[in-house]
Amino acid sequence: MSDPALIWSYLAQGPLLWLTATLVAYLAGDAVFRAAGRKSWANPVLVAVILLAVLLWATGTDYGTYFEGAQFVHFMLGPATVALALPLYDNLPRVRKAALPMLAGLVAGSGVAVLSALAIARAFGIEGPVLASLAPKSTTAPVAIGIAESLGGQPTLTAALVLLTGIFGAIVVTPLLNALKIRDWRARGFAVGVAAHGIGTARAFQVNATAGAFSGIGMGLNAVLTAIIAPLALRLFGG
Amino acid sequence: MIQTLAIILGFQLTGEVASRALNLPLPGPVVGLILLVTACILRPPLAEAIRPTTTGLLSHLSLFFVPAGVGIVAHWDLLKAHGIGLAVALMASTLLAISAGAWAFTAVARMTGSEEPQALKDQGRE
Repeated sequence: MSDPALIWSYLAQGPLLWLTATLVAYLAGDAVFRAAGRKSWANPVLVAVILLAVLLWATGTDYGTYFEGAQFVHFMLGPATVALALPLYDNLPRVRKAALPMLAGLVAGSGVAVLSALAIARAFGIEGPVLASLAPKSTTAPVAIGIAESLGGQPTLTAALVLLTGIFGAIVVTPLLNALKIRDWRARGFAVGVAAHGIGTARAFQVNATAGAFSGIGMGLNAVLTAIIAPLALRLFGG
Repeated sequence: MIQTLAIILGFQLTGEVASRALNLPLPGPVVGLILLVTACILRPPLAEAIRPTTTGLLSHLSLFFVPAGVGIVAHWDLLKAHGIGLAVALMASTLLAISAGAWAFTAVARMTGSEEPQALKDQGRE
């Protein structure tokens, strides 16, 4: 039998190990989610991220090495975003009918997301590049990074804040909107798409197809509006 | 499946080129999404052709966020350095934004008479 250290050094070089680990961690996360009765706190992304973080730490693997393998899964974010066209197409009659409610939900959700984040962070004495990195945190990652860069923020910090926002939004949306007695699937999906982008949209699809479709629209529209309001809001809070 | 992937990647590619060429504020995949919806409206059989694979892809949308999510751990020190202020700002503003968005949507739906009984959640339960 070969030396285990040799096998490890072979595996540590190629994408096979971490690609497999990513899929298995997600399946474990999905199993936990199902076992928990599809409750939002058992978010499959969160469970998978924790499992992989422990594994990376235990094996002394850095994120760069991990991403070499995981990039194939990461790449699928683009095609999956394009695929949101189908639920949107299926819900077109509903979408046309809901133009005004969507406009109101967009302005309120997007505006509150940017302004309240900046106001609270400012109250804690956060300023400069960190404040600029926080401004677009409800926007889908590629757009958020672009906005943060143009405002003098740090792209890596923005990416982490965007993902934390998405996971947090996906976890709280169901109990929060139940407590507020919002029963309209369109409103529930749209609001989580605006506030918590694609991870919120993934959660919306777990619950209801109409909510998922409206969430995808909310995510897309918020990307456009945040690009416009984030620079103005940042100037207001003296970023 | 391969045919659908080729169609979807084709729309993403077109979206990516359009986004860069025209300096749009939208990322390529979102432009690709808009183009694909337009194509489905013009040619409804396209929607049926891509349905099986697309549905499969979307039912595991969460999976595709995992690699970037692990990046949170890679940037943990950076996050920790800014500590409690960032955490409070992020959580409170997300709660407020979801509430405000959903509330504004339903309020305007009521005002404009565009409520939809079929789109209601049963008695506030899942």
